[in-house]
Amino acid sequence: MGDFVVTLLTGLSSAAALFLVASGLSIIFGVTRIVNFAHGSFYMLGAYIGVTTVQSIGGGAVGFWVAILLAAVLVGLIGVAMEVLLLRRIYRAPELFQLIATFGVILVIQDVTLWIWGSEDLVGPRAPGFTGAVTILGQRLPEYDLVLIAVSPLVLAGLWLLFNRTRWGTLVRAATLDRQMVSALGVNQRWLFTGVLFLGSALAGLGGAIQLPKGGADLLMDFNIIAAAFVVVVVGGMGSIGGAFLAAILIGLLQTFGIQIFPNSTLILMFLVMAVVLIFRPWGLLGRPEIPGHGVVEAPEAPLRPAGRSLRIGGALAMAFLLLLPVAHLIAPSLVGDFSLVLTIEILIFVLFAVALHFIMGPGGMVSFGHAAFFGGGAYGAALLVKFADAPMEIAFWAAPAGAALLAILFGWFCVRLTGVYFAMLTLAFAQIAWSIVFQWGEVTGGDDGILGTWPSDWASSRVAYYYLTVGFTVAGILAMRRILFAPFGYTLRAGRDSPLRAAAIGIDLKRHQWIAFTISGAFAGLAGALFVYSKGSVFPTSMEIARSFDALLMVLLGGVHSLTGPIVGATALTWLNDLFSELSYWRFLLGATIIALVLLLPDGLAGLGDSWAGRRLGLASPGSESGAGPGSGSGAGDREAPA
Amino acid sequence: MTASAPPPVLEARDLHTYYGGAHILADLSFVLNDGEVVVLLGRNGAGKTTTMKSVMGLVRMRAGTVHLEGADITGEEPHVIARAGMGYVPEDRRIFGDLTVMENLEVGRQPPRPGAPAWTPERLFGMFPNLAEMRSRPAGRMSGGEQQMLTVARTLMGNPKVLLLDEPSEGLAPVIVDQMAATIQALKAEGLSILLSEQNLHFATAVSDRAYIVEKGRIRYEGTMDALAADAEVRNTYLTV
Ligand SMILES: Nc1ncnc2c1ncn2[C@@H]1O[C@H](COP(=O)(O)OP(=O)(O)OP(=O)(O)O)[C@@H](O)[C@H]1O
Ligand SMILES: [Mg+2]
Repeated sequence: MGDFVVTLLTGLSSAAALFLVASGLSIIFGVTRIVNFAHGSFYMLGAYIGVTTVQSIGGGAVGFWVAILLAAVLVGLIGVAMEVLLLRRIYRAPELFQLIATFGVILVIQDVTLWIWGSEDLVGPRAPGFTGAVTILGQRLPEYDLVLIAVSPLVLAGLWLLFNRTRWGTLVRAATLDRQMVSALGVNQRWLFTGVLFLGSALAGLGGAIQLPKGGADLLMDFNIIAAAFVVVVVGGMGSIGGAFLAAILIGLLQTFGIQIFPNSTLILMFLVMAVVLIFRPWGLLGRPEIPGHGVVEAPEAPLRPAGRSLRIGGALAMAFLLLLPVAHLIAPSLVGDFSLVLTIEILIFVLFAVALHFIMGPGGMVSFGHAAFFGGGAYGAALLVKFADAPMEIAFWAAPAGAALLAILFGWFCVRLTGVYFAMLTLAFAQIAWSIVFQWGEVTGGDDGILGTWPSDWASSRVAYYYLTVGFTVAGILAMRRILFAPFGYTLRAGRDSPLRAAAIGIDLKRHQWIAFTISGAFAGLAGALFVYSKGSVFPTSMEIARSFDALLMVLLGGVHSLTGPIVGATALTWLNDLFSELSYWRFLLGATIIALVLLLPDGLAGLGDSWAGRRLGLASPGSESGAGPGSGSGAGDREAPA
Repeated sequence: MTASAPPPVLEARDLHTYYGGAHILADLSFVLNDGEVVVLLGRNGAGKTTTMKSVMGLVRMRAGTVHLEGADITGEEPHVIARAGMGYVPEDRRIFGDLTVMENLEVGRQPPRPGAPAWTPERLFGMFPNLAEMRSRPAGRMSGGEQQMLTVARTLMGNPKVLLLDEPSEGLAPVIVDQMAATIQALKAEGLSILLSEQNLHFATAVSDRAYIVEKGRIRYEGTMDALAADAEVRNTYLTV
């Protein structure tokens, strides 16, 4: 009995930080419609800044709390800086573009934190007056847990008063429902956005600072909390603070009780709960369906065009480069080193992965936050076959995409019932379930140690041979996906993206098409995963983690979601930049800053730039022509695929 | 209007608006004089709503100018235009369903403006008695007619000088339509200048001084309501009667 009560209380106390972060995330999303990926970073900053403010103010009975609040305010101001310097400049860009900007912020904050506070984990200061423990039914509970238990309801009450008893709160609630109408009534949205960013970020900062006596500060806090915070927001309902409160408690309890009952599957449990909630209540416990149409008027998307002349020439050049690179390597190894082949293989793998993601994101309008599930699914599928069945590469290579496709059939069946940000969140949840299984089921997957010894068959074991194999699979994969998009299936998919209601009215079973597209995309991501395993000779859970999913998303968005060249350019640029910077210390900062600069300078993505630049330069592109081809379009297939 | 008349309160000149590649408004111009009620008439899809949204800054125009009381408001953001004295009542109402009636009014509240009637919730409840009885009811749980009243009242809380009313009679019961007509006349008597958009010629005739007929984003006809009433050919060509 005492056990139970103490576990219950521990669960409630662990809900505090979760609630603070999630409510901030929810408030920001409600008004700005931005899913702030950097929110976990604000939580981490709250912890680090809290350590510093407590040190400088002194952790006395009053000083400690002042320092905690000061840390929250400072993090709020950092949120404001992000809004004013970055987000405000790109509100007119497509919604997803703002995601990329927040990715950049994550990377920058990681390195800035490392630079200021160093790589050692910091021990949190203790709260004066709450350093002991109380005994409840014979069990001991830290006194500070009681403080944390009180925090959530207090903050909830404060937020309720703010939103229901002040003009600012009323405006924020109105803007959450229809922000364009609010501005037509004379309210400057900018101040609302800035205010909301302050409040949301400060809540995350408070969450980070207030958990210091329990958890301290470390550099992994950002990614560790963000997944859980997403779960809480989605389970509670995007934009609902009461929902976030309920869900935080639910997840907090689940984690503490889960550890006792299923010590090895706490992560799986959390995401499983999210998946179940979304299946039965697609908009979360207290959320509401999106009201479409009241956003900014956006120009209808230009149709995909078959490859223009400039693109076909570019594609042919790229193909020639790919085919000739090993020749150059054999002739002049000192100029074109082994490493350039390794890098190109890696680039090609991620190009295939990004094109697979783009396949559902661009033409399908389905944004997946968890596509690493299929990349990693393919990678692990191949590696497990090698480990347990001693399968040769030739078999593993077919099994990997098939396994990833099966996974996509399973996940897709649930996911395609949802749309928009809920779809995205559910894909993230499933990816995290897959990741947790791989990570926690050590006997089979090797856990953190991964699976080693996945080397290509003899004929493909030389660098050059594997290189050509990769080129072949990647180009064939891209052409196959392109072929599908220019077939009736692709048109149907796009029709469904642009107008689901009309598509349904003419008798299209959109969900089915989306499910099939999701599966195809998963299969090709799995193929990329298989290529990856055999190029590295090993696989680790990192091939499935959130960061990998985010990378793919970044590649597609950075390249430009509106054209087929986008993911190719994006994956190439990002993989290359990653490699370029990875030698340097503070490479994350450089990469993040580069991403932010790109977002600010090129709101259409890299491919948009390449198009207009090359077009103008060479005078080849017809005015207004959209790009739309893979690198192999120069091989003669392009002209026949013009839409009838 | 004589040549020596004061400048119009609202003047739109040569508006061109596109949705993507589609040219929706072409060379569209109109004026609204002080204290007038002017109606934009036209069939579904003629471009009435787009005209109002362009004037309000809710869609970007590619060319054209808009002046409010002589001041150039072309290309300004919606909140700037609203604060300059333009009130916008959208055709799809767009009330904040989760907010109570009082809170909806609060969102619309702006400081009083010299030269424009000043509104308080109490004054508005006098004008819309139904609303007075449901001050703390969430607006999402009101009838369509009540919501239409609320959306007008909400905009009036901004103390506008000019009111853009997009199809206020659409989808309302006949009794409520009459009530709306009375409201428009009362607002005119308060000194507001009103630009109306309508398909209902009967309703428009009851409240308006002048009319513009819009078709395919162009002005096809301009005249007083009396002149339009006398011109059966124009009515039959451009309007569904
Ligand atoms: N968001 C949009 N994107 C593309 N085209 C649009 C959009 N909104 C309106 N249109 C088109 O612009 C044209 C003018 O529409 P508008 O809504 O201004 O007409 P309206 O005169 O207000 O019609 P109604 O009487 O039905 O309200 C129509 O052909 C419509 O299809
Ligand atoms: Mg209209």
